[in-house]
Amino acid sequence: MPATDTAVRPPAPAPPAARPPRRRHRRLRLVLRYTLLSIGAVVVLFPLYMAVVNSLLAPSQIAHQPPPFFPLHPQWGSYRKAWTEGDLAVYLRNSAIQTTIIVAGQLVTSVLAAYAFAFLEFPFKRTLFVVFLMTLMIPFEVTIATNLSTVSSLGWFNTFPGLTVPFLATGFGTFLLRQAFLQIPRDLREAAQLDGYGHFRFLWSVAVPLARPALAALGVFSFLSAWNQYLWPLLVTGNDNSVRTVQIGLKQLINTQLDQINVSLAGTVIAVVPLLILLVVFQKQLVRSLTSGAVK
Amino acid sequence: MSALRSRRHREWGLAYLLLAPALLIFAVFTFYPFLRNFKLALYQNPPYPGLPSHYVGLHQVGSVLASTSFHQSLVSTLLYVVMVVPVGLIGGLLLAVAAHKAIRGMAWFRLVFSSTVVTSVAVAAVVFGTLMDPVVGLLPWLGVNPHPAILENPTWALPAVSLIAVWQFLGLSFVIMTAGLQSLPDEVLEAARLDGAGGWTMFWRVTVPLLSPTLFFGLVVGTIYAFQSFGQIDILIGPQNSQFTHTDVLLYSVYQALSIQDNPGVAAVLSIVLFAILLVFTLAQLRFLERRVTYAGD
Amino acid sequence: MARVNFEGVSKAFDGVLAVDDLHLDVHDGELLVLLGPSGCGKTTALRMVAGLEDPTAGTVSIGDVVVNDVEPKDRDVAMVFQSYALYPHMTLRRNIEFPLRQQRVPAPERARRVEEAAGTLGLLDLLDRKPGQLSGGQRQRVALARAIVRDPQVFLMDEPLSNLDATLRIQTRADIVSLQRRLGTTTIYVTHDQVEAMTMGHRIAVMRDGRLQQVAAPQDLYERPANTFVASFLGSPGMNLVPASAERGAIIIEGTRIGLPDGTPTVAGPVTVGVRPEAATLAPEGIPASVLLVEQLGAETHVICALADGSRVVVRQEHRAVRPDLGESVAIRVDPLQLHLFDTDTGARLELGR
Repeated sequence: MPATDTAVRPPAPAPPAARPPRRRHRRLRLVLRYTLLSIGAVVVLFPLYMAVVNSLLAPSQIAHQPPPFFPLHPQWGSYRKAWTEGDLAVYLRNSAIQTTIIVAGQLVTSVLAAYAFAFLEFPFKRTLFVVFLMTLMIPFEVTIATNLSTVSSLGWFNTFPGLTVPFLATGFGTFLLRQAFLQIPRDLREAAQLDGYGHFRFLWSVAVPLARPALAALGVFSFLSAWNQYLWPLLVTGNDNSVRTVQIGLKQLINTQLDQINVSLAGTVIAVVPLLILLVVFQKQLVRSLTSGAVK
Repeated sequence: MSALRSRRHREWGLAYLLLAPALLIFAVFTFYPFLRNFKLALYQNPPYPGLPSHYVGLHQVGSVLASTSFHQSLVSTLLYVVMVVPVGLIGGLLLAVAAHKAIRGMAWFRLVFSSTVVTSVAVAAVVFGTLMDPVVGLLPWLGVNPHPAILENPTWALPAVSLIAVWQFLGLSFVIMTAGLQSLPDEVLEAARLDGAGGWTMFWRVTVPLLSPTLFFGLVVGTIYAFQSFGQIDILIGPQNSQFTHTDVLLYSVYQALSIQDNPGVAAVLSIVLFAILLVFTLAQLRFLERRVTYAGD
Repeated sequence: MARVNFEGVSKAFDGVLAVDDLHLDVHDGELLVLLGPSGCGKTTALRMVAGLEDPTAGTVSIGDVVVNDVEPKDRDVAMVFQSYALYPHMTLRRNIEFPLRQQRVPAPERARRVEEAAGTLGLLDLLDRKPGQLSGGQRQRVALARAIVRDPQVFLMDEPLSNLDATLRIQTRADIVSLQRRLGTTTIYVTHDQVEAMTMGHRIAVMRDGRLQQVAAPQDLYERPANTFVASFLGSPGMNLVPASAERGAIIIEGTRIGLPDGTPTVAGPVTVGVRPEAATLAPEGIPASVLLVEQLGAETHVICALADGSRVVVRQEHRAVRPDLGESVAIRVDPLQLHLFDTDTGARLELGR
């Protein structure tokens, strides 16, 4: 660096006469942004909006051209019909059972496996970790051929075990929880050890409570995936209602209510509302689980 | 010292016990079926049910791979992915950029933009199916009246189904892009503002390059998502029409071979092809999960 | 003219005042340090000059032009961020060149100015590397190069040295000072480190809780602090502050009467007395105290004593002086010519009448 020199810079040439540009178009930019956002919102919400509108119209009105965009005399009967004649109540119950089993199963198996990977040392730990990793590389669609016959031969066709058991474990969930467990400071485990905490007590009283955000994220994600499953329930449910989930039920609904579009749409709205509530309440957890691979 | 050793052994036992449930499920429902595909592929099914399938070696594999229906399926799948993923990513990015400012009401907009994440394929299918219906839908009002109807149309069925998938993918794409934008170092963006980068320059020369890891992740996730498309096609088009309308994407072909044609051998071959393609993308995604991309230069 | 003026500037975040009615003039060509603890508002004030924050009240002027409504890029200011804020995906050359591209400077001139700036900071060999390949000190210099290449009216620096290790910090401190003196550009420099402030600034503006405490040349700040906060913030260790009482011609600390030949305190009654560690010595007679701790620093020793009322006084000793033992009872003598008086409630400086 050159030696110190306190020469003051000669005064800069006078700035050009034009004044610097004003920033008053800040408000304009804000209006523009809100406009773009509103257009985006309309695009995203439009299909669901139309579904709700059409569900409240009589079939003859729906067919009317130009199509109505607002129900002047909402007909709520379609919802009652979907619920009773469309068996939606049954389908919802089945979905609830199926989803609860899968979520519970995934949480339990992931917590246990994640605990082992995070806190225990044992032979073949690396190998087994790779095994879990490999399950992420085998998408479910690739296993349906054999799984179908396995489930059949176990006598689980058209039963809840058939619907749920293949999904009770998840590599993704294990990694998510392992990550959360690894955040727990080592000293905490060692202090607990000194205090006489066995593994199960530590898991239950310390590890699980501290990993609650990750558990919530996994829970929400599992719920979403399980509730929205289509391919497997299609393969595994038979022709009766005993285990048919709401997604397959919707397909059934369209096929039976061919000209009663309002009923089909009412059923669809009923099917999606629980998840929208889930989104509003658990938005943070959902976002966290969806982006857990993308950014740090 | 043997007390220490036996305690360690107990710990090993505990570990295996904890891993056992997950490993059992994986073994039976993930690894075994995956590997069995390779065996199934080599056995041809007889035309009549009830008779045992017989070994034909790679002959079946060869005939499936050479068949026009398979090529058709690949083309449909490729077109579908190309139509869904880029549009969905760009749409999500635009929404994320628009929503990336702490102004009043933004939380509501964010909620709306991510909402399609919770819609199931069945819901999307029914909703859009109604909108695209030739009689009761919006299309006649818009002056769009293809013959045959759009969902039975060999040229337009695939784009129509792609549109539905784009709409569904928007929510996920938005969530991913928003997370990406939030991870960008604020000070670099402020420095660019001070350096005179206006909206356009800022976006192309600073924001997008910094976002490239996120864009890559979105591309991988989106492609895997597109390959797993099934429900919309099943509900709106069905196994009878999917070939005619060129919407028999790879996964749908697997389903048809398995459930409709009762041909697990062919299904297995197609499953292996699907796996091979998806493997490339899932490996890319895994590299992402493992590798921490630190771009801000610490 | 590149003065910077704050006229009644305030900034509130969610009802909390980060900057409170700031009036400050930065002279053309000077390096003014904004000094204070975390959260005192110094960075917010800097960002308002840059245009990255908008004042809630008051006006900010650069070169006699009010810039409240002017875009950051049109203000002709350059900023060096604490984290350097380099574009990670661009080479150094592109990084330094970036502001010039925005201003549509033609390519040959761009190249010349980039080389000039890089040369000044010793970066010519590294121009084709990317920030990720550089050390912290090198990145810092790139941030500086990017600022000087613009030849702006004002430099703004936000704690640029805080991410460097101690030795590098001292070296870079000197480099920045000589650079600023050579270029003569008005500079506003934010830091919480009073050593940096004392060695670098033409003047220092001390802030606390959003309010300006005092602005003066370093030596003036040190010798005539305007309040107890400034007094204790500057100097290492800071000025000792003890409760005392004033009366005609003298100060009484813990019963010990100290005559003031210089003048008479203008108030009587309780005051806070300030005395710097170097103005206190251990003597046979003086204010009674007991030794709490002896810190040996090589060239000097700090003896931390406790007075009867619990106040702490640090006495600075030359390294050759006899060190007391822990717990020993000692007497502290203070130089009456170097006493400062402060109001007990407000902490403001009290003058001595003549």
